[in-house]
Amino acid sequence: MATQHSRSAARIMISPAVVLLLAWMIVPLALTIYFSLLRYNLLMPGTERFVGLLNYKLFFNNPAFFTALINTLLLVGGVLIITVVGGILLAILLDQPIWGQGIVRILVIAPFFVMPTVSALVWKNMFMNPVSGLFAEFSKAVGLAPFDFLSQAPLASIIGIVSWQWLPFATLILLTAIQSLDSEQMEAAEMDGASALSRFWYITLPHLSRAITVVILIQTIFLLSVFAEILVTTNGGPGNASTNLTYLVYARSLLNFDVGGGSAGGVVAIILANIVAIFLMRMIGKNLDA
Amino acid sequence: MARAVSTRRKIGFTIAAWAVGLAIFFPILWTILTSFKTEAEAISSPPSFLFFDWTLENYTTVQERSNYFRHFWNSVVISLGSTVLGLIIAIPAAWSMAFVPGKRTKDVLMWMLSTKMLPPVGVLIPIYLIFRDVGLLDTKTGLVIVLTLINLPIIVWMLYTYFKEIPGEILEAARMDGATLRDEIIHVLTPMAVPGIASTLLLNVILAWNEAFWTLNLTAAKAAPLTAFIASYSSPEGLFYAKLSAASTMAIAPILILGWFSQKQLVRGLTFGAVK
Repeated sequence: MATQHSRSAARIMISPAVVLLLAWMIVPLALTIYFSLLRYNLLMPGTERFVGLLNYKLFFNNPAFFTALINTLLLVGGVLIITVVGGILLAILLDQPIWGQGIVRILVIAPFFVMPTVSALVWKNMFMNPVSGLFAEFSKAVGLAPFDFLSQAPLASIIGIVSWQWLPFATLILLTAIQSLDSEQMEAAEMDGASALSRFWYITLPHLSRAITVVILIQTIFLLSVFAEILVTTNGGPGNASTNLTYLVYARSLLNFDVGGGSAGGVVAIILANIVAIFLMRMIGKNLDA
Repeated sequence: MARAVSTRRKIGFTIAAWAVGLAIFFPILWTILTSFKTEAEAISSPPSFLFFDWTLENYTTVQERSNYFRHFWNSVVISLGSTVLGLIIAIPAAWSMAFVPGKRTKDVLMWMLSTKMLPPVGVLIPIYLIFRDVGLLDTKTGLVIVLTLINLPIIVWMLYTYFKEIPGEILEAARMDGATLRDEIIHVLTPMAVPGIASTLLLNVILAWNEAFWTLNLTAAKAAPLTAFIASYSSPEGLFYAKLSAASTMAIAPILILGWFSQKQLVRGLTFGAVK
């Protein structure tokens, strides 16, 4: 039984973490909301004034906002589909009896540890460059015209790069989940003549559903905030073709110095992330009780 | 095993798995190989895979031209500093939640997690302006503070899931034997908690090393860690493939090696214990 003494000791031990996180959450959040209600431009100091919801109105009426919103959804959705489907297939493959399983797993996981700026620049220059990239070399070798990935299909190229970074994460988590599958159940189903496909559909997939949900939710949190990959490859262009919400807010506030408008975008990003967060928290909260 | 796996099947799966594994790893391998080429060989057509004159020239040039080790050192200080500071704050918190849980422990844990859901761009502007006004822009201190705060929820959670697995009976027994809180912590808990703390440290160094939103937005030339330094290769420097590759290889090598050791912790840390 915890004594009164240890209870108050516990409270003291927990307070630094709580106080810091509370400050980290409330102070900037309150300031962002406050700024979003001001006309506030860093190039015109001293002209700040309260404008109500004008920044939101301007933000929503700006076509760049809808492009950015759709790009954000395409980016998150595209990467999720590629990594979850690819991750399931890879996890099943790696779960088979193979020689050198440990080494293959290391190879597959590696991209997750590459910093975003490195992976984006390596893909951009050494693979996707239309003159001297490896893909261009390959096109030339088979007699096709080189394709300029980042200007012809900027968003799709970024989806590819980000998928390469996150496929290892999905694979690793799904593999961990698959390995906890009861092999006797599998063998019994096989004895009963269930085909590989129906075994996958009726046993493996339901068993993985929880892990898949976790992968989707956690990746979504990170994917909503993709930034470095866009900054170093396309700068959000051409035009706004590869601008997501995060990049739009950055460009608004730190490139155009429009603090008010940028903050309104920040608030929109927070709301979007919270919708996902509610589901994620519920999943993890359930696990705490178990 | 209920049935013998046929060798032919095993060979087929082995070939498929290795092919996919090598394909996924190829961009990293290619970067490492290119870092040992001359600039001419790096863009030669057709590209040479292994048969070129291996050189270390790029590594020395990168250091000479841009003071690479300064950025490397910044990365070390920022990632280790923020992780150690985070551990100092998180260990007491996680300890008390795991061993002296109260009615609200679960709510506190969930709330801490929710702070991680705040998209960085939502708080970028105030942090940027505050840092500008107090002189923390482009300083290692400023980044240590931010990275400590953004990783604190993960650190608390990881430690909590590890501490939770330490059997409470051992503590009871120690208390029965008249151990004080101090004895309990030093002689009973610490030895059992060290592996969990080490795993947490490892994963958070990796996360902080690769963090590329705050490092890009809050630093310039002086305090830039490797993430921000490499970004300066975006154009036109990036077209010097061999030098880009040398800078990249040095930036990812330490973390690649640490990362391979932390595969298991990665799953647990990044899913907040939801998948083990």
